[in-house]
Amino acid sequence: MRRVSIVGIGSTQFRPETPEKNFKELMYEAASRAYIDAGIDPRKDLDCVITSSEDLWEGVAIFDEYVPDQLGGVLKPVFTVGGDGLHGIIHGYMLIKTGYFDLVAVEAHSKASEIEDIDKVYRFALDPIYIRPVVDQPHGLAALEMMNTMRLFDITYDILDMTIMKNHLNALEWGSTYARIFDYENIEASEYIAQPLREVDISPHTDGAIVTVLASEEKARELTDDPIWIDGVGWATQSGRYERMLHNPPVALNTAANKAYEMAGIENPFKELDFAEVDDRYSFREPASLSMLRLDGGNLMEMVSEGVYTLDGELPVNTGGGFLGNGYPLEAGGLMKLLHAVKQLRGEAGSNQLDDPEKALVSTRREIPSSSYAVVILSR
Amino acid sequence: MKMNINFKNRVACVGAGMTLFRRRLQETPDELMWLAAKTALDEAGLTIRDIDCIVFGTAPDNFDGIHMQSEALADGGGAINKPYTRVFVGGGTGVFSAIAGWWHVASGLCKRVLVIAEEKMSHVQPHPQYLFHHIFDPVTEKPLGVNLIWIFALEMHRYMYKYNISKEDIAKVSVKNKRNALDHPAAQLGAEITVEDVLNSEVLVWPVQKLDISPVSDGAVAIVYTDEEGAKQLTDEPIWIEGVGWSLDTMYWTNRDLAFPTYLYYAGKMAYKMAGIHNPRKEIDFAEVYDPFDYKELHHMEGLQLARKGEAPILTREGVTERDGDLPINPSGGLLGVGNPIAAAGLMKVAEVFWQLRGEAGRRQVKKDVVTGLAQAWGDLMQVGTVIIMRR
Repeated sequence: MRRVSIVGIGSTQFRPETPEKNFKELMYEAASRAYIDAGIDPRKDLDCVITSSEDLWEGVAIFDEYVPDQLGGVLKPVFTVGGDGLHGIIHGYMLIKTGYFDLVAVEAHSKASEIEDIDKVYRFALDPIYIRPVVDQPHGLAALEMMNTMRLFDITYDILDMTIMKNHLNALEWGSTYARIFDYENIEASEYIAQPLREVDISPHTDGAIVTVLASEEKARELTDDPIWIDGVGWATQSGRYERMLHNPPVALNTAANKAYEMAGIENPFKELDFAEVDDRYSFREPASLSMLRLDGGNLMEMVSEGVYTLDGELPVNTGGGFLGNGYPLEAGGLMKLLHAVKQLRGEAGSNQLDDPEKALVSTRREIPSSSYAVVILSR
Repeated sequence: MKMNINFKNRVACVGAGMTLFRRRLQETPDELMWLAAKTALDEAGLTIRDIDCIVFGTAPDNFDGIHMQSEALADGGGAINKPYTRVFVGGGTGVFSAIAGWWHVASGLCKRVLVIAEEKMSHVQPHPQYLFHHIFDPVTEKPLGVNLIWIFALEMHRYMYKYNISKEDIAKVSVKNKRNALDHPAAQLGAEITVEDVLNSEVLVWPVQKLDISPVSDGAVAIVYTDEEGAKQLTDEPIWIEGVGWSLDTMYWTNRDLAFPTYLYYAGKMAYKMAGIHNPRKEIDFAEVYDPFDYKELHHMEGLQLARKGEAPILTREGVTERDGDLPINPSGGLLGVGNPIAAAGLMKVAEVFWQLRGEAGRRQVKKDVVTGLAQAWGDLMQVGTVIIMRR
């Protein structure tokens, strides 16, 4: 069976505002970097281009039509996934697996700063009859989810505080505009947005674009000596009704992860993985994801307090600082995590570099009120 | 039968189902999806538990007035704790979702895939055309107050001018498709009309008249794919997916010659190569080409190399594209007759090819014996062509 690899990745900086560039220019910048990184000419070499987006983030209908020019995809197979960038990666993976495609580019971006009232867009995602009239902004729903998650997984504020401090610390290396050095006093001073959700628990939005180039095994051998392999992928959606999901653990993440583990031949993920990049759109999502991904060793509190998930620990998590440290780039979230993982595996992570990592997991969840998860296992 | 040597995993279509196509259906979008999925699964002899992955297609997000529409509709498609994804390429989404379903199985990742396309246009007030205003470039085009009919009038005009085509010849497509649709049990606008009726109908944007256009519709369609092994267990008559292709042109449509759909030529080339077809006009037995406007059927036939440039109106005039002709085009009645719930209309074409190849199309069955069929859709800013080729 032919394997699929990542041969190029490029991104813009992630910043709260990018007034000097429009979304096409952001995409172009990331794409140029990715194509140079992979050593390809998109017009000649690319077989397919995939973008991940939703119309309402972009402020236009049928966003798909705006993408081919700046990605070098004119008169090529190009399409858009209504999902996270990691869903785009999964589609690219499948395309290459069919045997008909050799080189696929996957793009996702965020121009959150241009959305006039982002809370209104979130509200627009809610059921128009039952939920929209009673929910003012998405963090209210996140607070309900937090309450339930803390109960289900025995998560305490101590765990959350340590997660927040860790991720911000990790993000400093990436030059993130949001990263800062926290102590408990800073965190305690943080205000409640909707109890129990504090301001520090929320990842702020950021702008940026990422492009990844996937290649089949033969093509990858031509292009590079050290491709990053995609060993397994999994994706699942729990339900379309947020109110129904609130009271249940995120089992779809488990479904997605199991599929990916099975494909990658992983039986004991905690032992076999060297690090993981998991969803931390809200601070409580990281420990909950770790539990559902079977990466908590049975005792979350012990693991966190022993520093297992820090850079020096046994299983570093969010080595790039995650969304808490870097900001949340809407549908590019999954690709931001993938970027951090690829940099680690290639040994390009600067002072965050782990000691010779071989296998990594990347997982993400789409924005509220979605329950679509995607998991990708990478190896060197 | 030709074997496709390009693929390790062959993909078979084993079931298809659809709802009525109507304006202002009472069902919610979720319910439409469920109805279509249920009929398709019943026909395949499966239940939702047997399905590994679900692919959902819908064109613009905004018809339902919900952001992240695919997520909101997950339950209707049975995507409860299952792999589920939405793909889109504007109006080409219907056929494209079938293409996406193909690679789910062809990659070896999924064994049984349910593909659903749904569109509910009628609850956009005052008219869905207002929504299409937002597909244009917000800086250079939107201020002109354009909508879709405008730009298609430009395209139609250019096509008529370049190949010296008369309105009468184009109107024949509308007459044929609406007549074909009379035999379709789900059709919205089946009718016996004449060329004069089309030419005397209300002018919307010259040269586009009311009967040149497909209606606003609601509806959903679903199909079921399995891998080769699964298909052999389920049915004696699987229909194989032999080729897929799609291509997206630049968004700057003002810089293109609108007389010929280059994107579709590329998409067709990709699909023909995959299916090992060298002479489409001879090897394709019948086709469901995208016909939201009557001239588009002719335009697309030329893009797909089923007719030479400027030849499609002549074929239509000579009756070659009738159901009993040599190259039946849109035996279902197409979008002009059956209705145009955008993504669902595209998948309806795939379903029709499936039924025709199985010989299950009832009164719509084409006269000649058919082995290879093609379905095609088109979308975005006159920009994307999506093609799928199926064989018995």
